[in-house]
Parts: sequence; C-alpha cells; structure tokens
Amino acid sequence: MLKKVTATLLASTILTGAAWAETTVNAVMHSGLRVLDPIITTAHISRDHAYMIYDVLIAQDSEFQPQPQMAEWTVSDDSLTYTFTLRDGLKFHDGAPVTATDVVASLNRWAQKDAGGQVIMDRTASLEATDDKTITWTLNEPFAPMLDVLSKQSALPPFIMPARVAETPADESITDYTGSGPFIFVEEEFQPGISVTYAKNPDYVPRDEPADWMAGGKVVNVDKVRWVNMPDIQTAVNALSSGEIDYIEQMQVDLVPLLEGDPNVTVEVREPTGMQTMARLNFLHPPFDNEKIRLAALKAISQEPVLAAMIGNPEFYTICGAVLGCGTPLGSETGAETLTQGGGIDEAKALLEEAGYDGTPVVLMAPTDLVALVTQPVVISQALRDAGFTVDMQPMDWQTLVTRRASQGAPADGGWNLFITNWMVPEISNPISNPMLNGRGNDAWFGWPTDETIETLKEDYIAATDADAQKAVGEEIQKHAIDNVLLVPLGQYSLPQARRNTITEMINSPVPVFWNLQKAE
Amino acid sequence: MLGYILRRILAVIPVMLLVAVFVFALLRLTPGDPAAIIAGDMATPAQLERIREAMGLNQPLHIQFITWVGQLLRGDLGTSLISNTPVSSMIAARFGPTLSIALLTILMSVCLAVPMGVIAAWKHRSAADYAVMSFSVLGFSVPVFVIGYVFILIFSLKLGWFPVQGYTPISSGLGPFLLNAFLPALTLTTIYVALIARMTRANMLEVLGEDYIRTARAKGAPERRVLFRHALKNAAVPILTVIGTGFALLIGGVVVTETVFNIPGIGRLTVDAILARDYPVIQAMILLTSFLYVLVNLVIDLSYSFFDPRIRY
Repeated sequence: MLKKVTATLLASTILTGAAWAETTVNAVMHSGLRVLDPIITTAHISRDHAYMIYDVLIAQDSEFQPQPQMAEWTVSDDSLTYTFTLRDGLKFHDGAPVTATDVVASLNRWAQKDAGGQVIMDRTASLEATDDKTITWTLNEPFAPMLDVLSKQSALPPFIMPARVAETPADESITDYTGSGPFIFVEEEFQPGISVTYAKNPDYVPRDEPADWMAGGKVVNVDKVRWVNMPDIQTAVNALSSGEIDYIEQMQVDLVPLLEGDPNVTVEVREPTGMQTMARLNFLHPPFDNEKIRLAALKAISQEPVLAAMIGNPEFYTICGAVLGCGTPLGSETGAETLTQGGGIDEAKALLEEAGYDGTPVVLMAPTDLVALVTQPVVISQALRDAGFTVDMQPMDWQTLVTRRASQGAPADGGWNLFITNWMVPEISNPISNPMLNGRGNDAWFGWPTDETIETLKEDYIAATDADAQKAVGEEIQKHAIDNVLLVPLGQYSLPQARRNTITEMINSPVPVFWNLQKAE
Repeated sequence: MLGYILRRILAVIPVMLLVAVFVFALLRLTPGDPAAIIAGDMATPAQLERIREAMGLNQPLHIQFITWVGQLLRGDLGTSLISNTPVSSMIAARFGPTLSIALLTILMSVCLAVPMGVIAAWKHRSAADYAVMSFSVLGFSVPVFVIGYVFILIFSLKLGWFPVQGYTPISSGLGPFLLNAFLPALTLTTIYVALIARMTRANMLEVLGEDYIRTARAKGAPERRVLFRHALKNAAVPILTVIGTGFALLIGGVVVTETVFNIPGIGRLTVDAILARDYPVIQAMILLTSFLYVLVNLVIDLSYSFFDPRIRY
C-alpha cells in the first residue's frame, strides 16, 4: 500500500514537474498585481504588467535617450510638428492591426492622467491620425522635452491600447486587456494579488536593434512568465533555493547572506539608478510654513544614518543629495552638502533661533507596515530633536497615512507636518514630472508649496533646446529645491534581485522586463 | 429536530444583518482610502478626488449602505474596488485552498490527538502522559511560523520531500494536492493536536473516575471497550466543541500559515483587502466568516445528540 502511495506521489510529481518546467519563468515581483489599468494608477507593479502586454510609441534607452519602438518620428524645423510613423507588423492580441487612431486615443487618455502629458496638452494645437500609420502632433509653442516625456519609462508611460479600450474615461478602470506587446495576459489564470500569467505573443514582431533598457528589440525566448506573489520574502528565498521559482525582483538586504552561499543562485543589483528615499514637508502649517525652519530641518538631517538604518549594507545604498537623482542627466548635488556629509546641526540650531521657533511640534507620520519606510522616520525624528525641534512621531499604517496626507487641516486637527516616501529614480529625474517640483499651491502634490520660482525654472527647462542648457537649468532647480526645501533627499538605494543561474541575459533596466532573457533547461 | 434546525437557521438572519451594519460602519469609520491605492503615490489630490467620485466613494454613507444591502439581497457580493473582479469569484477561488487545508488539518489532528489524549489519561502520570503533555505545551507555545519554517527547512530544503510553497487543487490529483498541502496541514496540526489532546486527556480523566467506569471494569469489560465505548463517548461533547471551534477558526483563514507556505487562501484575501481598504471584499469576508461560525456551531450542537442521547432538540 505504502509503495503504491509513494509511486502515485512520485508519478504526480514528475507529471507536475514536466508541465511546470519547459520555458516558464516563475518570478516573485515586489508586490501582487491587483490593478490592471496602467493609466489610472502609478503603482509600479501595474506599470510592470503593462510593459508585458502593451507596447509604447517611443522608449528610453540606458542613456535616458528616446529611441523608436512602435514608431519612428520626425520633427519639423520650427519644432512645432512631431510626425510619428508606425512600423510594419504591429498587431493587437486579438489580431487587429495597430492603427494611428488607436495611438491617438491612447495618448489622449494618458495625457489626462500624466503630469507631463498635461503640460504637452496645454501646448497642443492638434493631435490626429493623418492616416492609418501616421500620427501628427502639432504644438502651439516648442516643447523641448516632448520626446523625453513621451518615452519615459515610469509614472506614467503612454501605453498603446486599442481605441475601444482607450475610450474608457480616464478615472475608470479598463476591463479589456488587449495589448500589442510581447506577451499576452492570460485572463483566466489571473488571481488578483496572487498570481498572473503571461504567454508569449507569437505575432509580436520585435525591432531589429538589440534590447537596451526599454528600447530595442523585445525578443521573447520563453513560452510563459508567471508572477507569483509571496508576501513573505523568506518563503520566496526558500522557493528560489529549492528551484520552485526562478527569480525574485527585490530581496530584503538582510536576507542576502542566506543566498550568497548557494551555487545555483546569483544575487545582484539590476538597476544602476535605484530608488530615492525622501522627506516631504507641509508648507501650509507651522512650523514648516517658515522657510528658515524648513531649512533648519534639512540641515539637521544627515543621509548616512538614515540609509544605514534603512538598508544597512553600504553595497546597496548611495549617499546622494541630487533632487533629480544621481546617475541621471540632470543630477546635481549642489547645496546638499550637509545632507551628504553631515555636520549641519549647528547651522540648523542657528536657523531655528533666527526664525524664533517656538517649539511647535512637528507631526511626523510614520508608517509601520511598509519595510521600506519604517526606519527613516525614527532616525529623522532623533535628528530633528537633536537640532531643537519638538517632534511628535505618530505611528500608523500606510493606508491611514495616504488618507491623512491629503488633509490640508492643521496638524492638531488631523493634518501633518512631515512624511517620508520613496521614488524610482527615473520617475523623479525629469523636472516636468517630478511631483515634488510642482509649486502650484493647492494643485501641487501633498505639502502644497506655492512656489513661483520653481514654476519659472520649469518653463526655462522646457525652453532649453540642448542638453547643456537643460543641465544649467537643472542646476538652478537643484539649488532652489534645496533652498526652499521642496523635499529633503535622503539618498538612493537599490534592492538586489536574485535569480537562478538558469536565467540569463536579463536586461538591467530600472523597470523589470522579461523579454530578451533566456532560461536554460 | 427539523423545527429546531429551521429556527436556528432563521435566527441567522438578524445576526447577519447586525454584522452587516456593524462591519459597514466600522470600515467607513476606519481611516483609509481605496482610491489612494488605485491612484498610486504620484496622484495629485485632485486626481484622487476624481477617482473617488468615479468609484462612488463620495456618495452619502446611507446611499452606499442601501446599494450594498440591495446587492446582497440579489445575491451579489459586489466587485472589488481594487481589482475590479467580482467578490464572489475571488472568494470562490480562495475558499478551496483554505477548506482543503482545514479539513486535512482537522483529520490529522483528530487521528493523532484523540488517541494521544486517551492514552495520556489511561496511563495517567506515566512517561506517556508526560510525553503527551510536553508535546502539548510545546505545540501551544512555539509560534506557528517557526514550526512552519522548521518543517520547510527539514522536509523541503534538506530532505527535498515536499515543495517549499504553493497550492495544487485536489482536482489536479491527490498526489500533487498532498505534496503541497501536507506541510502546512502538519504545521497547523501541531497546534490543534496540542489543543485537542489536552482537552481529551482532561475530560477522559474526569470520566475515568466515574462510578460507571469502575462498574464496567468490575463486570469484566475489556479495557479497550471501557476506554472507547464507555469513557470516550461520555467525554466527547467538550472535545467536539473544541474540534468544531478549531475548524471554524481554520476556515476563517490562517493568515500566517497561508503566508509562510504561500497558499492563496481566505486569510490572505482578508488581510490584503483590509490593508487596501477594499470594502466590498472585507464586508463579504466578514459576513461569510460569521455565517460559517453560525453554521459550524449549529452542526456541533446537532452532533451533541449523537454522543449524548439525553440531549434532544
């Protein structure tokens, strides 16, 4: 009897193994996929999903330069007319050809949600499908970062959907997941927050150029990719060791030693730029409605202890005072010396005295349920106290925080003074789309600074026609953002990925992608 | 009996209504905003407001409540605010793993714990008794995730007998199902064995001191018959209560075990929904869990009459 049971179990295991193996890549991503509309949300997992099933008009390479993807483009001499021509062979997953009408509808929906898209639309005279393959975008005035905005890789890239889908109101989620990308979403296998399966799109025609970040040929070498959500990273580590999964997108740094001795696994930093962690102050209420007190807070903070507590291993973090991120075309650290080198405490005390700080407590919202945001508030609270601030650190879950940060009320009436969040560096590397650099008061991001200078500087950036001119404006933006404390950059970090050695040729883009990679049997 | 069952089932309606009102009010009073989850971190306050409007979260609370109750009366649990998926299909997909792990756990627990408890009571103050009691204390005291990790380390990573994680439905075959379900069930079994064995031992000790046991032994009844027919049957009612409550707890979702073994069960669904403030899912889950508790309690109550003929409904 025992033999029979064992034989049955073994047979089943072999059968399951055979069906499981082939060329299915099993990956554990940074979170479970729940929202399938990449335009309604800026959630990274929804963006990653979108890169699997949708394609983009133009895409950024590893030099942050726009490159053709679905379309080539030309720009008129007066820089007012952009003409995009779709390449041959583009088809949606339902077999219909991708037409210029689909592209126009998708761009219109995207532009309603994306900050950069809105800026372009403010300058748009017309956006139309001239014929089946040609999109003509005419502006009222030149907009130098046009292609940078259209090719950005995160929050929000303009993904191209069929016109019937893109006609969904921008504040309602789409329900039809037909794309034209290199993978097809397998709807019947989708379990929100649990797992999602993508099958190779056999009709996808990749570009001829080699893959380079989001640009180049998206050649798919596997039959299926399955994302399995594992809320416990220890479980994911165990599953990677045992070969049940092939890839973990984000490792917790303190668990890295568990995999370092495993000859079948490689732990590495995939993305060179990583994430920025930063603090945001509320400009509406005391004490941070006072510029000097804001600056005192910035001077009180040093990045090293923040990053040491958050990440621990210096291999995975970088001291960086650049508002627009280190390793980016506009990245500059001017004015952030006390953040990067420490030693600003005396200056902070002097500023507080000069400003006549009266001990008004700083209400610091501290999330308790997100590992990536738990430690910074504790370190910052102490740094502020050391400088003479009174700090009221209030622990709460992230959901409570995101609700409360929308409150413009006084901190004592359910408002706030300070919170911390993290961004992917490519999301904040462009002044147009960096939410911290919006100085339009009530229309700005949480914290609501009214800052005409930053708006003027962004106009200067838009008008800058070459890279040197843009860099010069970038420098001015850096100086102003630090002086006015539009944010307090707390440094950059990269969580390493872990993969079985059977997975090779992964692209080291900030956005995790599954084309190009190979899986050995 | 039939009248009793009907009365109990009818009594479920006001209970469910109370639970519905309570859950709805509690969720709306808790800070949190599902629109913020959907919009992501970069959304401006104005964009957030538009999404909230589109999701119907700006409607007056009483309108939202009436809409929800109306849906419930039509048998519609609503749609997830986050994933846009019907709540009923989400629960259906997650209920199978939870139910099957719960059944396997209870089966293994009862098969192990009841004999252990009986032996401990029969051999009171012997090595066997102390061994069972020690195991019980250990089973109760060690956190379930520690037991889970230790089992994974031994049986999956060192011996390679079982997969580390995942779930295979029984429809894919008993073998694959057991390969995935055995370790999580074994992990939970350590706790339930501890609980049921202690309860069995305590009640058996009490019953074994009764006059009718002495009488049974005096008239020459074999020891096995004394233990299982005379003693265990009379000690069964409180044991059954513990087993029933344990089963209800299991099908309410065991989030830590589900997380450690990556089982897509009810527990994780509920916790994820709470973290995302996915109101329709949370409301449906709490209603369902309450209903299951009421149902399990009814079954336990009815089963008393099987073991104790004095109990009649």
